[in-house]
Amino acid sequence: MSRLSSANLELAKEIISRYPRARSAMIPLLHLSQEQNGYVTREAMSHIAELVGTTAAEVYGTASFYEMFKFEPIGRYCVNICRSISCHLLGADDLLHHAEEVLGVKPGGTTSDGLFTLEAVECMAACTEAPAVQVNYRHRFRVATEHFDQLIADLRAGRLADEIPEHGTLARVRQHLPADKAAGNVDPGVPVSPAWMEAAS
Amino acid sequence: MTDTANPTEQSDAPPPDPNAVQVTINGVAHTARKGQLVIEAAADAGHYIPRFCYHERMTPVGKCRMCLVEADSGRGPAVTVSCMVPVAPDMKINTESETTKRMQEGVLELLLANHPLDCPVCDKGGECPLQDQAFSHGPGESRFIEEKRHYEKPIPISELVYLDRERCILCDRCTRFADEVAGDPLIHFTSRGNNTQVNTFPDEPFSSYFSGNTVQICPVGALTAKPYRFKARPWDLEQVETTCTTCAVGCRTVVQSSRDELLRYQGVDNDSVNWGWLCDKGRFGFEAVNSEARLTAPAVRTGNSFASVTWNEALDQAVTLIKSAVASGGASSVAVIGGARGTNEDAYAWARLAHDVIGTPHVYSQALDGLRSELLDLPRATINDAANASTIVLLGPDLKEELPVLYLRLRDAAEKRRSRILEFTPRSTGLSKYAWKSILVRPGDEVEAMRTALTDPEIAAQLASGSVVVVAGKANLASIGGLQTDALLKLLDAAPNAKVLPAYRRGNVVGALQLGMTPGSGGNYTAKILADMAAGAMKCVVLVGVDLVSDFPDSQLVEQAFASGTPVIAVDTFLSPTAQRANVVLAAAAVGEKAGTVTNIEGRVQTVAQKVTVAGTSRPDWMIAAEIAGRLGTDLGFRSVDAVTEAIAANVPAYAGITPAALRATRDGLCAVPAPARTLPPSGVEVSAREGWDFRVLVTRELYDLGVNNQMSPSLAGLPRGTRAGVHPADLERLGVADGGRVRVVTERGSLEVTVQADPGVARWTVWLPFNQPGGRVSDLLSSSGPVNDARIEKV
Amino acid sequence: MSTYPWAAGFVAGDRPQIVTSRFQYEDSYTLERYLATGGYEGLRAALAKPAAQIHDDVKNATVLGRGGAGFPAGTKWGLTPAGKFPRYLVVNGDESEPGTYKDRLLMERDPHQLIEGCLIACYAAGLSQCFLYIRGEMALAHERVGQALNDAYAAGYVGKNILGSRFSVDIALHWGAGAYVVGEETALIESLEGKRGEPRLKPPFFPAAIGLYGQPTIVNNVETLSNMPWLLRNGVEAYTAIGTQTSPGTRMVAVSGHVKRPGVYEIVNGTTTFRDLLYGDEFCQGIRKGNDLKAFVPGGGSAPWFTPEQLDLPFEGRLVGAAGSMLGSGAVMVMDHTTDIPKAALSLTRFYAHESCGQCTPCREGGTWLERILERICDGHGTESDLDLLIEVGTSICPGAFPHASSSKLGLEATPFPYKMTTICFVGPSAYAPVHSALTLFREEFEAKLTKRTLIPVTAGH
Ligand SMILES: Cc1cc2nc3c(=O)[nH]c(=O)nc-3n(C[C@H](O)[C@H](O)[C@H](O)COP(=O)(O)O)c2cc1C
Ligand code: SF4
Ligand code: FES
Repeated sequence: MSRLSSANLELAKEIISRYPRARSAMIPLLHLSQEQNGYVTREAMSHIAELVGTTAAEVYGTASFYEMFKFEPIGRYCVNICRSISCHLLGADDLLHHAEEVLGVKPGGTTSDGLFTLEAVECMAACTEAPAVQVNYRHRFRVATEHFDQLIADLRAGRLADEIPEHGTLARVRQHLPADKAAGNVDPGVPVSPAWMEAAS
Repeated sequence: MTDTANPTEQSDAPPPDPNAVQVTINGVAHTARKGQLVIEAAADAGHYIPRFCYHERMTPVGKCRMCLVEADSGRGPAVTVSCMVPVAPDMKINTESETTKRMQEGVLELLLANHPLDCPVCDKGGECPLQDQAFSHGPGESRFIEEKRHYEKPIPISELVYLDRERCILCDRCTRFADEVAGDPLIHFTSRGNNTQVNTFPDEPFSSYFSGNTVQICPVGALTAKPYRFKARPWDLEQVETTCTTCAVGCRTVVQSSRDELLRYQGVDNDSVNWGWLCDKGRFGFEAVNSEARLTAPAVRTGNSFASVTWNEALDQAVTLIKSAVASGGASSVAVIGGARGTNEDAYAWARLAHDVIGTPHVYSQALDGLRSELLDLPRATINDAANASTIVLLGPDLKEELPVLYLRLRDAAEKRRSRILEFTPRSTGLSKYAWKSILVRPGDEVEAMRTALTDPEIAAQLASGSVVVVAGKANLASIGGLQTDALLKLLDAAPNAKVLPAYRRGNVVGALQLGMTPGSGGNYTAKILADMAAGAMKCVVLVGVDLVSDFPDSQLVEQAFASGTPVIAVDTFLSPTAQRANVVLAAAAVGEKAGTVTNIEGRVQTVAQKVTVAGTSRPDWMIAAEIAGRLGTDLGFRSVDAVTEAIAANVPAYAGITPAALRATRDGLCAVPAPARTLPPSGVEVSAREGWDFRVLVTRELYDLGVNNQMSPSLAGLPRGTRAGVHPADLERLGVADGGRVRVVTERGSLEVTVQADPGVARWTVWLPFNQPGGRVSDLLSSSGPVNDARIEKV
Repeated sequence: MSTYPWAAGFVAGDRPQIVTSRFQYEDSYTLERYLATGGYEGLRAALAKPAAQIHDDVKNATVLGRGGAGFPAGTKWGLTPAGKFPRYLVVNGDESEPGTYKDRLLMERDPHQLIEGCLIACYAAGLSQCFLYIRGEMALAHERVGQALNDAYAAGYVGKNILGSRFSVDIALHWGAGAYVVGEETALIESLEGKRGEPRLKPPFFPAAIGLYGQPTIVNNVETLSNMPWLLRNGVEAYTAIGTQTSPGTRMVAVSGHVKRPGVYEIVNGTTTFRDLLYGDEFCQGIRKGNDLKAFVPGGGSAPWFTPEQLDLPFEGRLVGAAGSMLGSGAVMVMDHTTDIPKAALSLTRFYAHESCGQCTPCREGGTWLERILERICDGHGTESDLDLLIEVGTSICPGAFPHASSSKLGLEATPFPYKMTTICFVGPSAYAPVHSALTLFREEFEAKLTKRTLIPVTAGH
């Protein structure tokens, strides 16, 4: 039973309330479910379909478009190695091969202890700090092979636990939109010009 | 006087058409319509632009890129997506330029790159747009030598449809259809880029009533229909245009056959009715015609067994039964029921036989499942009237279940914001979620609900603004139609200019009613006839293609009627549960085996065609009627089916001029509508609550049921959802029963144990049951004597 | 010239700073620091004047879009159909173009500057609600912007009656989930509507006319909007005093690859040349190990390549366009003489093939096909005909002449931008650009990898 927990259901409703159309909350809700279970479960997708008013087929069709969503469990740490041009020029291929040997898995694979999933990914916006690596979408820069070994060791030893949360948790800070401070959603169906424009003109 | 111009000065040039747009197509001037897409304008000018994703009846998406051409709107030739871009004044369109050709060749080569090219084993081979356009616009060979995309070969995405993702070219037609036309977005693109594929949600099949359309519009062989897979090659098929008679919408289709066997129905795009769509029941129901179980010769019962006999013997026996009945009890001791499943010619011939030759007034073509025939005298709306009305009032059955393609047309009207739907229903319908207002009405409260609704200023204002079309039909098999018609009359008083689109269900019931399969003066309706039969007052009853045992919502009455031993003559295509109770069974020709005309709910008369020879020696109903008339001493003069059509045109005012010749001359048929008159009488029934029976019974039909044709079509036989009950969650809670729990529904007639679902779409204090489904016969619970049926629900 | 441990990659110099002025502070992302350094004063100044006047200022300053197209923000804000409301602002923080990063730094290091920029845009262009779309893989940016929004709401800078005025607008933080194409503005809108990030067709779906929920929508890049507070605080003159008339102000450029000191630099627009950038002391200080420069990509992965011949071109859109490439997203990737050109091209082409949304045929099929051919060539299984096939497949994506730089060595005239395309968006053509550049400028490197074996094409069966 991995629909959204009652706590997350409350969060989900808050997120939905930030958009004029519920369906806009689709991706944030998928992240929420991935945070809950480490991956996006079928039940969660059906649940999200109910919440945003569509079918599970449409939720899955949308979710599967985006690479961060996983549909079966993966390692606690998703280790992404950038292979795009700038990192490629500065030895990303060697780093990837090294990582394959150190972790003993090919890209897409998960170590038997369930700790690491290795991925070869595209540009992670750190091109001047090549070769770049992300662990659960947190950057590591200019990663020489020895740095990589250190990184893996630290993760294994749990030394980075408070810096890098488990896979699924994207941001540890959530936006909260206090009702009393919010301007409120603007319904696309209601053709009103903003107050300050009238004031201006 | 100066302002009166001298005629010779007046230019006689016609005023410029505001909707005309002057363009040049391949160097030739052409007048296009404002807002018209380049791809359509080019077609009008005789230049077919190849396309895959574009479909006239769906929003263009411009994804496949096959239709790219060069067009110059002043800034030089630009790559233009002809399926997305409308014509502009002085646009120079070039569908043949070097660049255009190069783009089309390029796109085709790319489409073929990952295509398996398994044309020889593909259902689509020979009628495949990809194959055809590869010949006409393609480079001929693919230089793609890499490993192709691989997927598990065809996977079933529903009971009826298979998907081969290797053949798919991702044109977004099926997925757009499912979402935009059917409103069942159960198939969708998944994954991304080179891995994009069409698929359903894991273990949630594409169970749409309209799934077959995706097979028809798939431009490759990716989607195939279970009933047709590997049955034939297109070049072996012969086809003729006809009309679907599965329900009374009357969708235009072509029927295709090979070696004298029906193989496939395909929707035909006609503006008035179905826009090219069909429901799956209409598309695949033809399987019953090919069934081994068909009656191939007349049969006579001796004791409990039937023996095939020659037509001579059968007809002699039938005529003897009728004659002796007339002799012993007078003409009015004979009754004729049915005629709604055949053609206009069948119905007319039987009406003439019953009224004029036998001379009985007891003639009717419905089995308590439609409103009174006077409904047809009200100002009639066409489907297009309804789909363009400012307000559509729904006062009848769930159209998605009973008249599926009408549901599509009205859904489109609401979705495209042309119309507002105001619905009165005892249970949420397929259209409820598109309705402007959907009012739940407990059976029995129809009139009251209408009265209150009409006092709502918002509703009054809506009804007063623009055209109103009422779709009126029988919403509940467990109460009399009078309740519905009384509400209708109230509404018509409030909206005097409203037109009515009658929601009758059976294939040609409107034809039958308009052509005389209605009671003469002093004549009775089916229920009364059955009661008289049970009381021994009837001496002979003729059942023309009507299965009372399965279809009449009062099984006890039907049972008593047959138990009375009244001689029965049945005309049928199968030895149906009803036919089995007859003394003489006359084998009737089925759809596709006989020509003629039918009349849909609009009154639109369209042709049906014979495509294959009849099963065995079976005969069209009209011929059987003519034979019997002859043996009773009257020559109806019907030598051919056209002769009957001519006779109808000559004798039935509404059908004046609707001759075979006139029909051949039209695409969309001709409407036969009686002069409007308010002949529909108030029913005057009152419904009163009864102690201890706190639930009202609501019985409705679902698309798939135990009907003989449904069950004789292997692809559809397994689709009925089964008997269950639906009760409002609040009532269920009061009963202390959980959603999905078992209950016993008890009426005065009997009781039935079923699984109950909490259904917020059901009116309070109402128990909903689907009719004629496997797992519990609902008609055992129903009485046709009172205005409504009441029930108790007991926990088990 | 200095760097900061908390802003890895960023290199400051003694040049005008418009958007990076706070990077020197470790706590630059906090509301306290922001307020202490002139934060929200631009907004305050704006609210004191009529919206139309603020819009004019932005027009007169010609703030060029920094997301890739280089379209003036002020002009774009004026493209919404008169009288059609409501209008929305969608902030494009999906930064994913190979070689590009600056938006990430701006979001991580100065989120309030971005928020203030959003508010100024909403006020000036009459945009009623703002959605800030951050790339999914940028966890830190997400946290920093989220915190900044929470603080700004609490302090009354965002939301209802901002700074006590009639100006009220919400900013909702939204985040993606890994799809480069979503950076394309119409795909961004689709994604924000909770759908697959498939670009819409233009026409008819120009966001300013038919955007989010079918309403007029302004899509602006993070850096573009981050310029607004400074502009409003210092005025149009001060802004246009920097850079050239056609390209005023500064812009952030990431230089990566084989240079001595790769980094993100805020450079003066229009005047700085590529030679300055690659060899200048305050910039990259030359090619690593004193190697020779072989080629460089001037404007993000989808830009056609330049060679040393183009080094003296200034960082100016029109001139670069005429020379056969584009400035795009402000990313320069440098390749020295040791670079394996076919492999570099493969890396770029694979990116675009992999990021194709898949809805239109030429990109979905063509991109992957190009990638497969390149792979084969790099693995030593390519044939002579493969080189022509690359151009043939490319021509199915971009019919007609494709832009490229001039080369006196090869006796090539430059073919300027733009190109024709059979695709819906630029991802398809971008898969071809590196192939075309590499083959045009370095064909011999491909030929060196070919085998002599020939392969037989399959013909369409019927
Ligand atoms: C394939 C593709 C990817 C793009 N990615 C981005 C991006 O990551 N960030 C961005 O700001 N603009 C991106 N753009 C440009 C946007 O479509 C849009 O022009 C820009 O966000 C407008 O903002 P600006 O006018 O402030 O530059 C991309 C365009 C294309 C065709
Ligand atoms: S060009 Fe590529 S990414 Fe762009 S719309 Fe077409 S398939 Fe999608
Ligand atoms: S038919 Fe126009 S793009 Fe497919």
